Amino acid sequence: MQKITISGFCAAALFTAAAHAETVFVSLEKDNAIAVVDPVDAKLLKTLPVGQRPRGIALSPDGKTLFVATSDDDTIRMFDAETLKETGKLPSGEDPETFALSPDGKLMYVSNEDDSEVTVIDIAAQKAVAKIKVGVEPEGIAVSPDNRWAISASETTNMLHWIDTKTRQIVENTLVDPRPRAASFTADSQQLWATSEMAGTVMVLDSASKQIVQTIKLEVQGVTGDLIQPVGVAIDKDRRYAYVAMGPANRVAVINAQTYQVEKYLLVGQRVWNLAFSPDQSRLYTTNGISNDISIIDLAEHKVTKSLAVGRYPWGVAVKP
Amino acid sequence: MRVLHYWRAMAGIVGRELLRFLHQRERFVSALVRPLVWLFVFAAGFRAALGIAISPPYETYILYEVYITPGLLGMILLFNGMQSSLSMVYDREMGSMRMLMVCPLPRWFLLCSKLIAGTAVGVLQCYAFLGIAWLYDIQAPLPGYAWILPALVLGGMMLGALGLLLSSFIKQLENFAGVMNFVIFPLFFMSTALYPLWKIKESSVILYTLAQYNPFSQAVELIRFALYEQFNQQALIFTGAAFLAFMGAAIVGYNPSKGMMVKKGGGG
Repeated sequence: MQKITISGFCAAALFTAAAHAETVFVSLEKDNAIAVVDPVDAKLLKTLPVGQRPRGIALSPDGKTLFVATSDDDTIRMFDAETLKETGKLPSGEDPETFALSPDGKLMYVSNEDDSEVTVIDIAAQKAVAKIKVGVEPEGIAVSPDNRWAISASETTNMLHWIDTKTRQIVENTLVDPRPRAASFTADSQQLWATSEMAGTVMVLDSASKQIVQTIKLEVQGVTGDLIQPVGVAIDKDRRYAYVAMGPANRVAVINAQTYQVEKYLLVGQRVWNLAFSPDQSRLYTTNGISNDISIIDLAEHKVTKSLAVGRYPWGVAVKP
Repeated sequence: MRVLHYWRAMAGIVGRELLRFLHQRERFVSALVRPLVWLFVFAAGFRAALGIAISPPYETYILYEVYITPGLLGMILLFNGMQSSLSMVYDREMGSMRMLMVCPLPRWFLLCSKLIAGTAVGVLQCYAFLGIAWLYDIQAPLPGYAWILPALVLGGMMLGALGLLLSSFIKQLENFAGVMNFVIFPLFFMSTALYPLWKIKESSVILYTLAQYNPFSQAVELIRFALYEQFNQQALIFTGAAFLAFMGAAIVGYNPSKGMMVKKGGGG
């Protein structure tokens, strides 16, 4: 009886917490855990051990399953996004770092850096259904919202590989600036934005021609060029602004996605790598690897409102509405 | 009737100070140029110096320019306080002090009026500085600009009282260089205006202790917290206590029968 009351009370508490805010999940590479954060109250709710060296993290489109790539366990783990209980493992191949989900949430595309492959996994069957050979050291991966293209960025070959999701064949390779790290489609799937870690640039590609239409050079006054290593990129749904995490430059670039001008550089924690929007796109969350925190950016004013310590080496971030 | 007397005296003193301030446009410009040079030139060189830690009232990483702004407000108030002390010595040399002192109102009231006058000028300078800093993209939350007013007033009164106290010691205008070397510089550099306490502690514990108990630090922290809509009780108590102490000493110092005036041969 007492148990029921307590669990009822907990459920009520959970419900009220869920009612007013989204939940942010951050993978902590060094703590072998994920941090669960209430971003509205800017509070670390709890830290949960998940496996060795968690990096890539994403939520299924229905918001029910949380996927975490535990790189040193050579697997991608699935968790119930409410209870955070482990529900399964996916055969990702060796050392999975980043992955992307198809818009319907049925398939997962995983970069296998050491094997120069992209593994396609059927999530429901928990089985690898295809392996696609790509360039050397594939890292960044993205699926277009219209489910037409899967993009793999190979860091050493300096190419973006356009994989047709139906035939699972590479249709085109686009040579880009050195060490492409991350890629992200606009909501209308018309453009692909990719970052080059070594050139310090952001490239905008046209999905139809698969060619670069714009290259944006990131430069911060007083910060030496070698520190400008753009990684994560996120574009808002109306394609008004694109945000780029600039790694050891400790800043997020705010780029006008219509004029391709950098409007602002926002100071965040050290070695900022990945980004995620809040569901209403009023906030942006950044993971700052070396300073062990996440920064919360108000997008209406383009101001960093808070940096919150979450644990050692925050790597990826996913947001549950 | 008596209240009216008091009011008229205060209005006269404050009015004179404000008028003097408005007429001396160079003084206004120079009062602004000093902190602006610090902001645009000095702080620019240290832009990323603080990129490693977050200390309250800040909630995220800030550029050095943002950190130094409340310290420069303190600098404005400090120089302004000392400037009014300078003008007191000037008044004494010119004889207008005698006019003031023969006024049939209590001396403490006259000194307080003088102080309010000086502080009003300082607060105006501070807001002008904040306006320019806003254009330079140093922007605090809007309510902070209202919260900061009482903090600026108290900080300005405290530093002004220190100036008054000093002016009771200074015999001649030429001694102002001494004030610069022995009061302004140590107060300013041994404070949290330029570096946060944790940064000072890294280099020297003695400096850290001195900076912590430096009344100027406390005034700066009071302003800093107020600008970010936060209340720093310790800084408020410390600044308030320092004000009462300096003011009390200044009133004694200006008492012709007891204070420094006697030693100076009734220079007033």
